[in-house]
Amino acid sequence: MNLTHTRPSADVIDKSEQGKFPKHKLEELRGRGYVIFCVLLLIVIMFSIVYFIASRGLTPFLSQGVSIGNMLGGLKWAPEADSPTFGALPFLFGSFSTSLLAAVIAAPLGICAAIFMTEMMPKVGKNILQPAIELLAGVPSVVYGFVGLSVIVPFLRDIFPGQGVGILAGAIVLSVMILPTITTVATDALRSLPAGLKEGSYALGATRWQTISRLVIPTTLPSLMTGVVLGIARAFGEALAVQMVIGNAPHIPHSLTESAATLTSIITLSMGNTTSGSLHNNALWSLALILLIMTFLFVFIVRLLERRVKRA
Amino acid sequence: MADNKDVTITVNGGGSGAGLSQVAEGTVQIGNSDVFAEEKLKDADAEKAKSLVDHQVAVVSIAAVANKDVGVDNLTKAQLVDIFTGKVTNWKDVGGKDQKIVLVNRPASSGTRATFEKFALGTKSEDLSGSITEDASGTVRKLVSETPGAIGYLALSYLDDSIQALKYEGVEPKAENVADGKYPVWAYEHMYTKGEPQGAVKAFLDYMLSDEIQKKDVTDLGYIPVGDMKIKRDVEGNVSNK
Repeated sequence: MNLTHTRPSADVIDKSEQGKFPKHKLEELRGRGYVIFCVLLLIVIMFSIVYFIASRGLTPFLSQGVSIGNMLGGLKWAPEADSPTFGALPFLFGSFSTSLLAAVIAAPLGICAAIFMTEMMPKVGKNILQPAIELLAGVPSVVYGFVGLSVIVPFLRDIFPGQGVGILAGAIVLSVMILPTITTVATDALRSLPAGLKEGSYALGATRWQTISRLVIPTTLPSLMTGVVLGIARAFGEALAVQMVIGNAPHIPHSLTESAATLTSIITLSMGNTTSGSLHNNALWSLALILLIMTFLFVFIVRLLERRVKRA
Repeated sequence: MADNKDVTITVNGGGSGAGLSQVAEGTVQIGNSDVFAEEKLKDADAEKAKSLVDHQVAVVSIAAVANKDVGVDNLTKAQLVDIFTGKVTNWKDVGGKDQKIVLVNRPASSGTRATFEKFALGTKSEDLSGSITEDASGTVRKLVSETPGAIGYLALSYLDDSIQALKYEGVEPKAENVADGKYPVWAYEHMYTKGEPQGAVKAFLDYMLSDEIQKKDVTDLGYIPVGDMKIKRDVEGNVSNK
């Protein structure tokens, strides 16, 4: 009874579907269209951002008489002077030194935390240390900046000559901010190490420390470096927290506790005070363009490191 | 707001340039600024400034402030210039303690800095090596109060007990001295409109200039009502009696 009933109805469906797509193909097409639309939108957004920054950032060089060499190699940043000069070398120096120093502080901490969580006490690591470190990633940067200004700057002022503000204060604040990135990437890398490798090492009589230092770290080094480079990239782009503790003098400092500036801190400091289209404003866009190019470089380095991981 | 339910006012923050750019572009109806539009919109943008109508709603005065322990409570114009150009680097050279001077400046684009340079120093200053630059008045106050030997400048509304305001040529920075022209470091707070204001915008500007706002809120916030000023000043900085 059922059979005889379903057959004709199935025929009816077949007939009505003639000349149209079958349902599953329509779904397939809809899904694919949606995904492609999202991807295209993403690409358009990305390219418009790059285009916008480049068009603003190149204006000083193309039509406002600033030379690229003067900007990249110049030491004097006097945007509102009667004959303005735009030397961004102090900011490049500040950005590189704060983010590299931050990585030097954070990398050992992050990698050791990852080793602790994966090789030594996985349970404590997973239940306590990992959530605690992930929590750091959720703290807004203005809070880091304020803590830096209220705690780290006075502390440095008391023990070092100078005013406490400067590259060291910036690097300490940044090192806490990039710790989650470095730790998370390192933990993933260590977890994905085949267990057989470590078991082989133990079977040969190696102690845990020997296994970690001679086998685990060398094997995962490219992945660990990926985490560090991602951390540096994050530190390079961080603006607000750094701006609050670095002092923002547009000069290359003579010590780590003397007021300095980074590309990002000078942009956040001055962007709101300049009118769009003015030379000063466009010069800030040039700094943004430099930042963007640096970010591309960091992504490129990460890609190179990933290729090495795959080959190994 | 409860009296005018049909009008909504959205306030956006930004530096000395943001309000002017946006009102000139027509993005907003009123652009606030602490400098004359002619000073910000120069050269290629000079045309834009001509389309804007100035409404001066209050006066802000800026005082040089120093850390409490520097041992100085008065600076002359020449001394201030020496300090902010780096010629004098120790408080003892201006009659204070043997303490290194730490400059807490504003970014070169800041309206507060422009006002301070124009009327207190009379000259543009450069960003010196080792000086601190912060845009936010709260951060400046915090740094000046905590850093030994620090000097900076703040609007009168930001003054409190954590720092000391310095006399300028012997004149104390306070509202009465600004109003009768004794204390010269001040600027108008402008509200610019594109063309003459109409409708709700005009009503709002009238409200800003009403006694309700001028006598109460403006004074409470540490600004000086324009009506109290016994002198006036034009774009070029020429002062005349009202």
